[in-house]
Amino acid sequence: MTTRFFGDTAVLLGRSLRHIGRSPDTIVTTAITPIAMMLMFVYVFGGAIDTGSHESYVSYQLPGILLITIASGIAYTAYRLFQDKNGGMFDRFQSMPIARSAVLWGHVLTSVVANMISLVVVVLVALLMGFRTSASVLDWLAVVGILALFTLALTWLAVVPGLTAGTVEGASAFSYPLIFLPFLSSAFVPTDTMPGPVRAFAEHQPVTSIVDSIRAIFAGQELGNELWIALAWCVGLLVVAYVLATAAYRRKFA
Amino acid sequence: MNPTPAIQIAGLTKSYGDVHVLQGVDLSVEKGSIFALLGSNGAGKTTTVKILTTLLKADGGQATVNGFDVATQAQDVRTSISLTGQFAAVDEILTGRENLILIAKLLRQKNPGAVADELLARFSLTEAGNRKVATYSGGMRRRIDIAMSLIGNPPVIFLDEPTTGLDPEARIEVWATVKELADNGTTVLLTTQYLEEAEQLSDRIAILHEGRIIANGTLAELKAMFPPAKQEYVEKQPSLEEIFLAITSKSNGASATPVKES
Repeated sequence: MTTRFFGDTAVLLGRSLRHIGRSPDTIVTTAITPIAMMLMFVYVFGGAIDTGSHESYVSYQLPGILLITIASGIAYTAYRLFQDKNGGMFDRFQSMPIARSAVLWGHVLTSVVANMISLVVVVLVALLMGFRTSASVLDWLAVVGILALFTLALTWLAVVPGLTAGTVEGASAFSYPLIFLPFLSSAFVPTDTMPGPVRAFAEHQPVTSIVDSIRAIFAGQELGNELWIALAWCVGLLVVAYVLATAAYRRKFA
Repeated sequence: MNPTPAIQIAGLTKSYGDVHVLQGVDLSVEKGSIFALLGSNGAGKTTTVKILTTLLKADGGQATVNGFDVATQAQDVRTSISLTGQFAAVDEILTGRENLILIAKLLRQKNPGAVADELLARFSLTEAGNRKVATYSGGMRRRIDIAMSLIGNPPVIFLDEPTTGLDPEARIEVWATVKELADNGTTVLLTTQYLEEAEQLSDRIAILHEGRIIANGTLAELKAMFPPAKQEYVEKQPSLEEIFLAITSKSNGASATPVKES
């Protein structure tokens, strides 16, 4: 069964990667909103924001923008799953002697690949805008690892509305609140200027620890606890999302 | 005695909350036959097909396909069947050929490309093979859909309302394909709400109504069961065609306006 699983997942991954190849606009639209936000934050608000750090503001806000990119990118997974479910492809696959979980994994891994491409686009724009880092290859690998883990966790979360939503709008709308999470974090301004309850929320939600970790890696600073907190959030989210997605799947195709 | 039937259902029940979709369905489909499950919308046809194709679990009763129990030997059932659902289950973004190759790969066919080309030729889709399915007509979609279901030569094929939404020509094409399948020994269970379709295609017909099979037999048997043909006096109104012909022939050389005759 395991060989079936890997073989089938590879075939289905190839299928949805082909979808992305045929409509590269999904990569562009994923990257365009975060890039617009980045332009606005850096060139409009940035001058008035005192981050209390020595790095340039473009470098300061980049980690948050990267997370927004992922949050908007995963909506496509919900969209594609919804299309498969409604168009009958899901039923076709499920009635075939293939590894059933491969159907979901094919979509999830596609999301990781597509989001990584969008992230590269956003980072390239940031470099043009003056983002500089002392990060070594190893540091970059760590950043990629954190972002991939975060993408994986959010994509599994996106599987739930993809399987359960009644309309295509419903399937993709759930990601909007996720896009706003970085605003209630340390992504754009330091949390210590926020009023009590907001600050408490900001400091205890996953985005802040992830943003702080990536920022520290980019700036070549010592990494403290925030990396472990970030990883714990990512793994915890991944586990919860995976359990929810599998439960939604079981309810649908018992 | 008869060999084991291709499909055997006994006392199948399924409810969604208070809605009792299937209330004890019994059926038996002989190998190599075309069996039509006839019923109006909401009669439980699709639910029955979903249970038989392992997409849904029944609440009660038993069902075997190709000798395998759908509940306990689901994976064996899946190797024996293919499903063509109510809506053509094709990937619109891929080409017709890529759709076939996708299924062939998942079914571990030795040479997916050759399998695809052979089916494209058989369904007269060779020319359209390298076009995205999104550009296909309804009939072409259905053909590629059925072609996908034939990969790996499954002994039992389920067609859930295969001609719903097709124009008359496409419908006749699908009928020809289904007949050809049965001629080659494949068992076909098809659901339909078109009486003519059941009449044209099937060896046996079962009528599913409100979750139960209320009639089951060959067309001749069903005809015998129901009120025999009787003679009735019916006043024959002229059809629009007759009116049209009458008017146009009358107006030959005369005026088309209604003419009062004394």
